Amino acid sequence: MAIRRGRGVAAINYPTGMNLGGDPTQALVHSTPTGNFMVTLSSVDLGQGMKQIMAQICAETIGVPTDRVIIDTADTDTGPHCMGTFASRGTHRAGNAVIQAAKEARQVMLEVAAEELEVNASDLETDGQGNIQVKGAPQKSISIFDVALSAHFKRGRSISGRGMFLIPRSYPEKETGAMKPSTCYAHACTVAEVEVDDETGEVTVLTVKNVFEIGRALNPKMVEQQLVGGSWMGISHALYETTEPYYPNRDHGGTDFNQYLMPGPGDLAQTEIIVLERPSADGPFGAKGPGEMCANPQIPAVANAVFDAVGVRIDTLPITPERILRALKAQAAG
Amino acid sequence: MELRKDYFADVRKDGLHEIGQPRPRLDSPGHVTGKTAYFADRNFPGMLHLKMVRSPHHHARIRSIDTSEAEKHPGVVRVLTARDVPHNVYTILILIQIGPEDETVLADGKVRWKGEAVVAVLAETERAAQEAAAKVKVDYEVLPAVFDMEEAVKPGAPLVNEYHGQNYYLYDSGECRKVRFGDVEAGFAQADHILEQSYQSSPIEHAPTETTGCVVAPEGNDRFTCYTNTQAMFFTLDNTSIILQMPGSKLHFVGGTVGGGFGGKVDVIVEPIAILGAKLTGRPVSFVYSREEEMQISSPRAAEKVVIKDGVMRDGRIVARKVTGYTDAGAYSRHSPYGAQKGAAHYPGPYTIPNVWIDTYCVYTNRTPSSAMRGFGVTIGDFALEVQMDKLARLIGMDPLEFRFVNAYRDGDMKAHRQPTEGAALIECMQEASRAANWPVAEKYMAMSSYRKGA
Repeated sequence: MAIRRGRGVAAINYPTGMNLGGDPTQALVHSTPTGNFMVTLSSVDLGQGMKQIMAQICAETIGVPTDRVIIDTADTDTGPHCMGTFASRGTHRAGNAVIQAAKEARQVMLEVAAEELEVNASDLETDGQGNIQVKGAPQKSISIFDVALSAHFKRGRSISGRGMFLIPRSYPEKETGAMKPSTCYAHACTVAEVEVDDETGEVTVLTVKNVFEIGRALNPKMVEQQLVGGSWMGISHALYETTEPYYPNRDHGGTDFNQYLMPGPGDLAQTEIIVLERPSADGPFGAKGPGEMCANPQIPAVANAVFDAVGVRIDTLPITPERILRALKAQAAG
Repeated sequence: MELRKDYFADVRKDGLHEIGQPRPRLDSPGHVTGKTAYFADRNFPGMLHLKMVRSPHHHARIRSIDTSEAEKHPGVVRVLTARDVPHNVYTILILIQIGPEDETVLADGKVRWKGEAVVAVLAETERAAQEAAAKVKVDYEVLPAVFDMEEAVKPGAPLVNEYHGQNYYLYDSGECRKVRFGDVEAGFAQADHILEQSYQSSPIEHAPTETTGCVVAPEGNDRFTCYTNTQAMFFTLDNTSIILQMPGSKLHFVGGTVGGGFGGKVDVIVEPIAILGAKLTGRPVSFVYSREEEMQISSPRAAEKVVIKDGVMRDGRIVARKVTGYTDAGAYSRHSPYGAQKGAAHYPGPYTIPNVWIDTYCVYTNRTPSSAMRGFGVTIGDFALEVQMDKLARLIGMDPLEFRFVNAYRDGDMKAHRQPTEGAALIECMQEASRAANWPVAEKYMAMSSYRKGA
């Protein structure tokens, strides 16, 4: 009886957005009198930080710092339609809608600035710090604060924009299954290293090295939080979780966190995250949806590592000590 | 975390002002100091609490329901049964034309899974609602139940859901969603080795910090404001409008920060009945799942069975792949027909295989209806595919990572569902993993690219 070490690999891809499309999201953007920008949506922030990402997307598009953008969302009386936050679609769908709305608002903003500066709007650029300046002559500039005041009180303009994003729905061909499930795919490759105690069947995940390709890391810190969390969830899925431990039998289902097993902080592997960015053709600044796929590759990587360690295949999830011991026993019996 | 900017630098414009910057989240201080408001922070004077009477049986006919004792219980304001619900039989994906309507808001004549909602009790306190729920008498005639997907699709199995008429979802393509590409039998005939394996998962729980729930307030003008943690505001509003036969203009949904979704909050379960309760009593109503309800009543990830048959050549090329996927929907559709169909689109994985045959089934059994969960339709498929890839590599004596390079899809490759591959990056992920994990592969694989010459 011994502790045995093994490693396994898995490589995957994952579609961004609702399967087969047909899932619209809309956005509205307007400026306040002092040049802050309000983004109105009905998308839901699940705690992953959608509001922050939408603020950064709007800020980049209009050309202001992110703290000048306020997100008002998840109210059906004020926000335009969003299909919902699921299917790795939030950043991609709502982000595109916000870009379109913000571009329209930016155009009005530049037109008002052009009137104030007595130049052509096409000769203007934003400095990203809250000012609009003449290209090649940055000393000739006006603050966005003053542009907004002018638009509201002098020029009678609404610095606002409407945005929407919809990928037309694809219908699978009945006999061949020809269809367009998605417009872009994220990718991942994970290598997991485990120790398996062949006396108890217990698995310890030592390291998980994840490489994720997600189009564009719009906010690297937030990408990291989602990818690390997903990686932990993958380990939990592989080794611990089930609402019906003897599925298809319905008995012994957990009803609280004492009975429903999940890894605690001490059970989590040393986790490494490496991010590659191949911008997608239709993503906001090339972003794809990393939300779901980041919890997938750890499961087969751990399963393959268990085999590498002790030479038995557990093809049923979760890979419990009981299943490993039964397989080792069957293997020993020949 | 490490951002490897050297990959794909030729197709990416960097140096943006706000995008790519690790700005601190504006909502973080609220979260970590307990200032962020969640739906359950709403508390209205006179608010009622809703508790469900649930089926103790997996499958039973309801002979009668007696709510008289419950109604007399101190603090009880109203007891609701199926006949109080204007459009009691519904299905959420009807909004995107995926029918038939197959589920009851409150059981009518039958229960099809253990835990199904039968009677709703509205009372002044949670405790009164709970105690009164225990006094509802339901006379059941227990029926044979089926739990196993293979048993469920056999002739003579107990029929789980009469609205379908058989224990699987009927797509326009028949009993399963199909993908046919090339000639899979010719591929098997040509293969050096054939490997057929079966994989199985079990249901799992989303385990959000915040359980599913809502608080409804009548606005006094025939409008109702529903504070909810749904993941999809209008999807829930529009389904509620159908179930309650109430114009959407009478409904106002307010969300906010949700304490974790993972797909567990895209069913439409708590809102319609809570709004109905508010309408019939004229009082605010709170309906929040207990942790036990979250774990055993709220939809889990579906259990899936995946059978993969592969034909592989000694040089590592997979020449044929046949996949049969089964999704255990439980007693009702919810999002499972969508999930099973998503699986059909996902197989055979990120590999270029000339001959592919996919069948994915959505099967009904007498268990808690499964539904959306992070990656559903794909996650279990990836477990099966990637364990199968490991087995195939070992079968032909190849390194498992190198074996994936041989088969990896690249730009321009035709997928089984007949879309050309665009924006592939699997090869680069594997190259970087090879370096990061110190898992060397042959130089020819490190020299590969997802770009096609001339593509």
